[in-house]
Amino acid sequence: MNIGVFVCHCGSNIAGTVDTVAVAKAALAYPEVVFATDTMYACSEPGQAGIIEAVQKYELDGVVVASCTPRMHEATFRRTVERAGLNRYMFEMANIREHVSWIGKDKDANTNKAAELVHIAVEKLRRNTELTAGEFTINKRVMVIGGGVAGIQAALDCADGGLEVVLVEREPSIGGKMSKLDKTFPTVDCSSCILGPRMVDIAQNPNITLYTLSEVESVDGFVGNFDVKVRRKAAYVDWTLCTGCGECAAKCPSKKTPDRFNEFIGKTTAINIPFPQAIPKKASINAAACLMLTKGKCGACVKACPAGAIQFKQEDEIVTEQVGAVIVATGYDLFDFTQYGEYGGGRYPDVITSMQYERLLSASGPTEGHIKRPSDGKEPKDIVFIQCVGSRDKSIGRPYCSGFCCMYTAKQTILTKDHLPESQSYVFYMDIRSPGKGYDEFIRRAMEEYGARYIRGRVSAIQPKNGRYLIKGVNTLMGDQVEIEADLVVLAVGAEAAKGAPQLAEKLRISYDTYGFYMEGHPKLKPVETNTAGIYLAGSCQGPKDIPSSVAQGGAAASKVLGLFSKDKLASDPQVSSVSLQRCIGCAKCQSVCPFGAIEMTQFRGMTKASVIATVCQGCGNCTSACPQGAIQLSHFTDNQILAEVHALCPY
Amino acid sequence: MPATTLTNSYDAAFVAEVRRESEQNLALCYQCGNCTAGCPVSFAYDFPVNQIMYLVQTGRKMEALTSHAIWLCASCETCTTRCPNDIDVARVMDVLRHMARRENLVAEHSIHAFWNSFLSSVERYGRVFELGLMASYIGKTGRVLTDADLAPVALRKGKLTFKPHDIHGVAEVRDIFKRYREHRS
Repeated sequence: MNIGVFVCHCGSNIAGTVDTVAVAKAALAYPEVVFATDTMYACSEPGQAGIIEAVQKYELDGVVVASCTPRMHEATFRRTVERAGLNRYMFEMANIREHVSWIGKDKDANTNKAAELVHIAVEKLRRNTELTAGEFTINKRVMVIGGGVAGIQAALDCADGGLEVVLVEREPSIGGKMSKLDKTFPTVDCSSCILGPRMVDIAQNPNITLYTLSEVESVDGFVGNFDVKVRRKAAYVDWTLCTGCGECAAKCPSKKTPDRFNEFIGKTTAINIPFPQAIPKKASINAAACLMLTKGKCGACVKACPAGAIQFKQEDEIVTEQVGAVIVATGYDLFDFTQYGEYGGGRYPDVITSMQYERLLSASGPTEGHIKRPSDGKEPKDIVFIQCVGSRDKSIGRPYCSGFCCMYTAKQTILTKDHLPESQSYVFYMDIRSPGKGYDEFIRRAMEEYGARYIRGRVSAIQPKNGRYLIKGVNTLMGDQVEIEADLVVLAVGAEAAKGAPQLAEKLRISYDTYGFYMEGHPKLKPVETNTAGIYLAGSCQGPKDIPSSVAQGGAAASKVLGLFSKDKLASDPQVSSVSLQRCIGCAKCQSVCPFGAIEMTQFRGMTKASVIATVCQGCGNCTSACPQGAIQLSHFTDNQILAEVHALCPY
Repeated sequence: MPATTLTNSYDAAFVAEVRRESEQNLALCYQCGNCTAGCPVSFAYDFPVNQIMYLVQTGRKMEALTSHAIWLCASCETCTTRCPNDIDVARVMDVLRHMARRENLVAEHSIHAFWNSFLSSVERYGRVFELGLMASYIGKTGRVLTDADLAPVALRKGKLTFKPHDIHGVAEVRDIFKRYREHRS
């Protein structure tokens, strides 16, 4: 075997702390290495051309590139060796950047370690075999989890592209956070007027199956062939019969039910349709508040319903959907401000969240668009807005900026002036972050045209005073303490990961960050992909996002799915396990440790043997570690290959 | 320093008056601090100029008009030149000086006295009469020795004449003062 070694400088990233020439020279001493050189940027066009040229000139059978992480460029170099006429698996990568040059300053030690990593790669490569990918068919249906604006966009774009879409939403209606907003920045156009038609499109599109009041129960399978179990929670109403007339809600005696949709400002009934534009416009019963379901007597809605749709005995139902790809668009939740004692910890009725304020502003909200104080229903005159409540605060584990609060606060000051021309808004802010198109101009308009008084500083206390509130804080531009007497305080609560986000991530086998936001495949180059093939992200589940960005990501995720489904078959990864029938004793240990259900036990001449379903196997290697016989081996990571690597490092 | 109560510290009439007299919209100021960054006399100020602008923005009249800074301003107009929102900051400072004068809130009496002496000298002679100005200033402030060391040099160079300068158009200069007073009343 003729092996060629290419040691990359990566500019000064590697060459700054590794003697790449010395590494290449050391490589020449390793077995079967016939050619070794250093190269400025192995991944660049001339760098790749150099590899191809060397393969041909020295009749190389395998190539080692010592450079960055395989996650960065393994695919690049596999294509390079393929262009040079080699099998793509006759290639090994030694990571001398992330594992060497970026983490150590001692050049001699780094150079030694880099040379050893190259040695490991050479020993592995000597035992590599040519592998060829198989093919498998894909199911061209897509599931979108989450019916907020990002999920709606993704579902509509996929459906327009001709795909069958299953849209799953936890709440009784789609629409997400956007459906609760009164107006949107920076254009101050009506939120439900622009979102409503999209929601109707979802309901009317023949390619879209909509499951609301539903949650993903489990996910099995792999890209192209997922089996997703969805729990359709009991609505206690037969939605095939419900016409959405609202008679049931009118007659429901349980009129003091907490109103989730209105952010618990105002009350609703136990059976209700959350809001007038709800999609689907179907009633559902809040079991905890229903007299019939809690005490066994009432049934007013049964008598009221002209369609006979009420079913107190309805139970959760599990449906299984087979899809080829999943777009996760589960959004975010709002920070619970009650842990801040300085803002009253939730004790004061007129200290409300920004989303509650949106419901007060909304014409379809509990006050029909009249701004009234929750405590006494009076119109407020002085309103204080406090930004960064649950954002940029390391002490409560929220060090990140939620990104959209500056903008919605400015919008709310503008709307406040429109609703109540005699009012005065004050905004306490730390910094103004308004990097979107037309955003900073919008903030300036709030200050210049609508007279919102911005105070750079934080609030230290909110105290009740003669039916109003005394807000104490600092004005850091003047360096003095300030006080404001106000009627209403609106807290710009930040975004946090949606409740249950980590649990869903584990079902989907995607990763999430410390805060529960899902991890994209690459922070710049794969913003809507995940590291699990066939699972894509859209919207705020990946990190706080405003409406334009969420819509853009919804469209981007849809285009990725359409791209994936543009092929009829996908290439299967040949790095899968296989069983040696002679060695297998049929103990089924491999089957018990396989997280993908890729191993089945079969009969062979009367003996039980393990067998790998190649298209299901993800190449994790659990089975090879569990097998007491060494009978099951993972291609490209065989025991012999791994031991050869260990021996290269520890020869004695 | 006691806390400022923002609910009633905002003097809307004051903000409107500064805006009208200076023809500058202080709501445009986003407190970047460029004015203070370039100010050559900020070291002597009680409030840096961006804070003076902020006091006007937030309607805090008494603090603005009683500040020393407005009188220490050299009117070099670096602030005006550098303002990203094209606010004529130096002109706002000038307006504040006028307002402080009118309302008897002048914090720097000797500077005010010098200005008064200077302007009355110009009004009377059409051009400043240096020796007369000095006499008037010393008379108002009693600061006999201020810059006295410069007198011999100035005398030798003929910069301190004993008679007022004889210029054309004294009457026209007086008319400027007259028009100003009519305009103000």
